[in-house]
Amino acid sequence: MAENVLMDSETIKRTIVRITSEILEKNKGAKELVVIGIRTRGVHIAERIVNRIEKLEGIKPPMGTLDITLYRDDLRRKTEWPKVEKTEIPFSVEDKEVVLVDDVIYTGRTTRAALEEIMDFGRPSSIQLAAMVDRGHRELPIQADYVGIKVNTLSTEEVRVHLKETDGKDEVIVLKG
Amino acid sequence: MKFQRKHILGLEELTAEEITLVLDTAESMKEVSERDVKKVPALRGVTVCNLFYEPSTRTRSSFEIAEKRLSADVLNFTLSHSSVSKGETLLDTARNLEAMGAGVIVIRHPMSGAPWLLAKELNSSIINAGDGSHEHPSQALLDLFTIREIKGKIKGLRVVIVGDILHSRVARSNIWGLLKLGAKVRLVGPPTLIPKYIENAKIRTFYNLDEAIEGADVIIMLRIQMERQESEYFPSLREYSRFYGLTREKLRGASEDVTVMHPGPINRGIELSSDIADDAGSVILDQVSNGIAVRMAMFYLVASAGRDA
Repeated sequence: MAENVLMDSETIKRTIVRITSEILEKNKGAKELVVIGIRTRGVHIAERIVNRIEKLEGIKPPMGTLDITLYRDDLRRKTEWPKVEKTEIPFSVEDKEVVLVDDVIYTGRTTRAALEEIMDFGRPSSIQLAAMVDRGHRELPIQADYVGIKVNTLSTEEVRVHLKETDGKDEVIVLKG
Repeated sequence: MKFQRKHILGLEELTAEEITLVLDTAESMKEVSERDVKKVPALRGVTVCNLFYEPSTRTRSSFEIAEKRLSADVLNFTLSHSSVSKGETLLDTARNLEAMGAGVIVIRHPMSGAPWLLAKELNSSIINAGDGSHEHPSQALLDLFTIREIKGKIKGLRVVIVGDILHSRVARSNIWGLLKLGAKVRLVGPPTLIPKYIENAKIRTFYNLDEAIEGADVIIMLRIQMERQESEYFPSLREYSRFYGLTREKLRGASEDVTVMHPGPINRGIELSSDIADDAGSVILDQVSNGIAVRMAMFYLVASAGRDA
């Protein structure tokens, strides 16, 4: 399988710096901000964003993790359901600016499930989406507010975000099928 | 690992890995019950029928809450208000429920083996909510979950089960589960209520409570079933309570951080002295709320495995 490196670790680092600045600019600081990462890799990106916010603003916004398994729209088609992991949102989202973080935005179905799940925790004043990679092919009217890199892909290709925490190094690659 | 079973009938047939998967899934499910909106859409469109041939409030309610938190549609069939009392056979009743679209049937029945019959004859997923004196898997799973939550592990723990082992499906399912997960199991009760032939070298049996609870990490008290008092397995409740009722004094021999559990409903002053019942109260209530999470996990897993049927 041919492999094409889209982002290396330096680029990922700079991208997180940029995305964080955009988030702070749009929300005029971090006061009402909460950050929620979608399992698994969205969580690690969210952690980096939160740490960066703390460095810049001196406040560390509350961070949660979301497992969208129970909200998937393809459960009834799969013959084997994925393992359910824990969702942890140990704070109120009521009237907060929620930044939802995922590694890749593709069909938009994961985001849809995540939106529905967050709504079950309360009524935030807004939900914004940050994704490291936007690879197109949306099947729902959903888009990201903060994007690391936008690439045109074929649906036969695979985009993988590797992070130190889960994969040993930071990189984004495209696998040609 | 993936859960391949369409039914959950008993712990005897589950592997240690399957039991652990149920417990891990239950841990994630527990969080749903702590939310403002205690509901997730996972089982939307699935009809679950609770078919209860024995009176039960807490187990049935716990199953029903679990079903509703997963957004399933719930149908209750209980002994007193159904065709059951009109003489219809179990299988005919169950086939009717299946014809109504029940994807999962939860059954409690006084005859051991009834859930297996349904599993063999029907296409629906079957969950055993207690069959005769045979198995009660959801209770054992929630007990295991509670032990693991409090102690952080199950392997190597000394667990004592006290009371009417002979008739207890809770005991039987717990014994299977505890052994599979590596606990050391001790049974204690009047000789008439301890099965005579236990063919497992890992189980120790006692007739004396003090000896049995020495160094115990967990004590599971079984309910004395008043309904069976006619059958004279022991001379009197008072005598039973003197020998096998748990009091503060008797508990001294156990491990310092011993956990006392009871599947409920408690007969205060018989299985547990009132002060022990109060001390253990929070654990016993934990068992109840953990029961919902464990049952949600059971539904999620059988519904996923039964999908391609």
